[in-house]
Amino acid sequence: MRHGRWRFLLGALVPALVLHVVFVLSPYAQAFWLSLTDWTGVAGEARFVGVDNFVRLGGDSLFLDAVRNNLVILAVVPLVTIAIGLFLASMLRSSSARVGQGYRIVYFFPQLLSLVVIAVLWSFVYNPNTGLLNSGLRAVGLGGLAQSWLAEPAWALIAVMAVLVWSSVGFYVVLFSAAIEGIPVELFEAAKLDGAGRWATFWSVTLPLVRESVQVAFVYLGIAALDAFAVVQVMTVGPGGPDGATEVIGLSLYRTAFSYGKFGYASAMGVALFFATLTLAVLALRSGRKERLEMA
Amino acid sequence: MNPDSQLKPYPTRRTLLRTAGIAAVAVPALAGCVTSGSDDKPAADSGAEKTADNPLGVKADAPLEVVVFKGGYGDDYAVKAEAKYTEKYPQAKVDHKGLQKVGEAMQPRFVGGNPPDVVDNTGAGRLDIGTLVSANQVSDLADLLDAPSLDQEGKKVRDTLLPGVIEDGTFGGKTVALNFTYTVWGLWYSKPLFAERGWTYPKTWDEMLALCATIKKAGLAPWTYQGKYPEYMNDPLLTMAAKAGGLDLVKAVDNLQPDAWKQEGLVQAATAFAELAGQGYLMSGSEALSHTESQAAWCQKKAAFIPCGSWLESEQKGVAPDGFDMVMGTVPALGGSDKLPVTAVQAASSESFLVPAKAKNAAGGKEYLRMLFSKASATAFAEANSTLPAVAGATDGLTLSSGLGSVRDAVTAARTDTLAFKFRTWYGPLAKAADDATGELINKRISPADWSTRIQKAADALAKDSTVTKYTR
Repeated sequence: MRHGRWRFLLGALVPALVLHVVFVLSPYAQAFWLSLTDWTGVAGEARFVGVDNFVRLGGDSLFLDAVRNNLVILAVVPLVTIAIGLFLASMLRSSSARVGQGYRIVYFFPQLLSLVVIAVLWSFVYNPNTGLLNSGLRAVGLGGLAQSWLAEPAWALIAVMAVLVWSSVGFYVVLFSAAIEGIPVELFEAAKLDGAGRWATFWSVTLPLVRESVQVAFVYLGIAALDAFAVVQVMTVGPGGPDGATEVIGLSLYRTAFSYGKFGYASAMGVALFFATLTLAVLALRSGRKERLEMA
Repeated sequence: MNPDSQLKPYPTRRTLLRTAGIAAVAVPALAGCVTSGSDDKPAADSGAEKTADNPLGVKADAPLEVVVFKGGYGDDYAVKAEAKYTEKYPQAKVDHKGLQKVGEAMQPRFVGGNPPDVVDNTGAGRLDIGTLVSANQVSDLADLLDAPSLDQEGKKVRDTLLPGVIEDGTFGGKTVALNFTYTVWGLWYSKPLFAERGWTYPKTWDEMLALCATIKKAGLAPWTYQGKYPEYMNDPLLTMAAKAGGLDLVKAVDNLQPDAWKQEGLVQAATAFAELAGQGYLMSGSEALSHTESQAAWCQKKAAFIPCGSWLESEQKGVAPDGFDMVMGTVPALGGSDKLPVTAVQAASSESFLVPAKAKNAAGGKEYLRMLFSKASATAFAEANSTLPAVAGATDGLTLSSGLGSVRDAVTAARTDTLAFKFRTWYGPLAKAADDATGELINKRISPADWSTRIQKAADALAKDSTVTKYTR
């Protein structure tokens, strides 16, 4: 009997493990190896070049632009998304059940669209001559504010970040709503009886009790912020422009590999990105550890 | 809430180190797969004896595999040539694949050492030809070029092609690719619109600026361009520079010579285009429009000129209104002491056909190309796609649309004065630097002097980079 159980367990696990090794672990391992070579992507062999590729990254001005832009996105997008998400979720709690449900579905809509579709739609919105945004501004007499959003270096990255926030905020509204619903109603009632206003309730009751969800949201959004490839590739001038203003690491990597045929160097970018993402995830999860709230 | 469920949501230091350790041990074991294809395997036996009827020595029963990019031109033209191949070699089994992502599909085949016999390496995501050459993945087509043309008595294949076609496929002295279509770059306008308003197409830049002032007064934007992709504006700019400085200027740029981008012709051309922006002759908002958006605006007569290659007419099918009758004009001359006549055009061939070095039936692949590049096949292609094929005289006797007719006339007028910059295909990063700089220039964010300094810096960096294969012409 015991023997049969092992056989069953093995039979269930091995295929999955094999698939994981072949399609996940092995490509990772190969990328690590390739980042130390000069593989061109089409040659049957690759020459070992040591850490040359990584040294080169430090002097590649376009790559450094990309790192800078990813850091800006990392600083802005998660914070703004989570702030809006929390705001809307706590507003939904205080609204009636039916209205709240309706809004939750509406907020979730962008999540149903592929990121590429979102990027294409938003590039229509940003069109300087016929786009919704500029037309709207002109219609309300603010034509002076109309911009060539994606072609102005000062605005392009902001325009991209707005799309990233718009596309992800709905998911976090739903996530935070679920977390807030998990908070016992008595706590809100007690706060109310103690004379806490909305702001005090949010700050002292809601936020501490959804802390875990916020932390997870930071990790997800942080990883998304280090990517941002799809939106930049579809929407921006160049893409990645104007003049590197919206370049992101993923785009540099893609161009280096598939346009310039430097897979080794591109793998080095990927490995650097891998460590950046890993560090970010560990840091974000650690930061929340110390002040975990005790709930008896 | 159960506190136990919150234990260790993050990896501890120990598990992290352990995982990293395992990964480090596993790397050598798991790596090496992508590059394990055996190298230097000679192409399997090169075929039968060469005769007058069979100049490339094709083995009559060897199967042939053809991979074609199925884009704007479809792949019927390639299928027709395959039918011809089967007609001549009925025993050979022909395998045809029409793909959209040729690069993606072919990369593992090249790496694995089992590529098809003919690849049309075209379309977005095609494999970088320079990379293929430096990895010894493509075969020399010299014997094909010296073989007799299929349907033009007494001519070699080499002599049936338009000027520049062979050069376009030549890397390091070896011709490794033959391009099937011929693209000419210029400035496009609606002929009836110009006739109606009494505007004449300018021959010099001064005339262009004068005409732009007139057009602007008439309430149209003189120019628009595909702002999302600044390379569209680079084409007329570089053509103008090349007319001023002649082929020496072009060669200096392509050979990455020091200060090549600071040559007078280039700086003058950059200044001329900066003036276009400075005078407000570019349609506002152009800088953020995609090619479809700007070309549509041009077809709606919101702007008079647009720079583009000769594919524009077929691309705008269904967008251009009836009677728009677009025609292509050659880029005006800077004036003064230009080294090339104003009729000179920037021309390059595309739809790049190559025979992989490790193809099993390389002789068959070349024979297939001989059939594809025959005059009859090219004429049929021109008729079906209103695009100029790379075979000379293929459009003779055909009734052409206004756009294609103007392109053919431009090629005829240019005679041998065609020019082409190679750095775009040779050095991707330099092309990117030039595109970015031109985008900044015509948005008035940098001066013409900064423009040449910036691109020169990128060219110098490339010249010093030992990991990049260099070409010279």
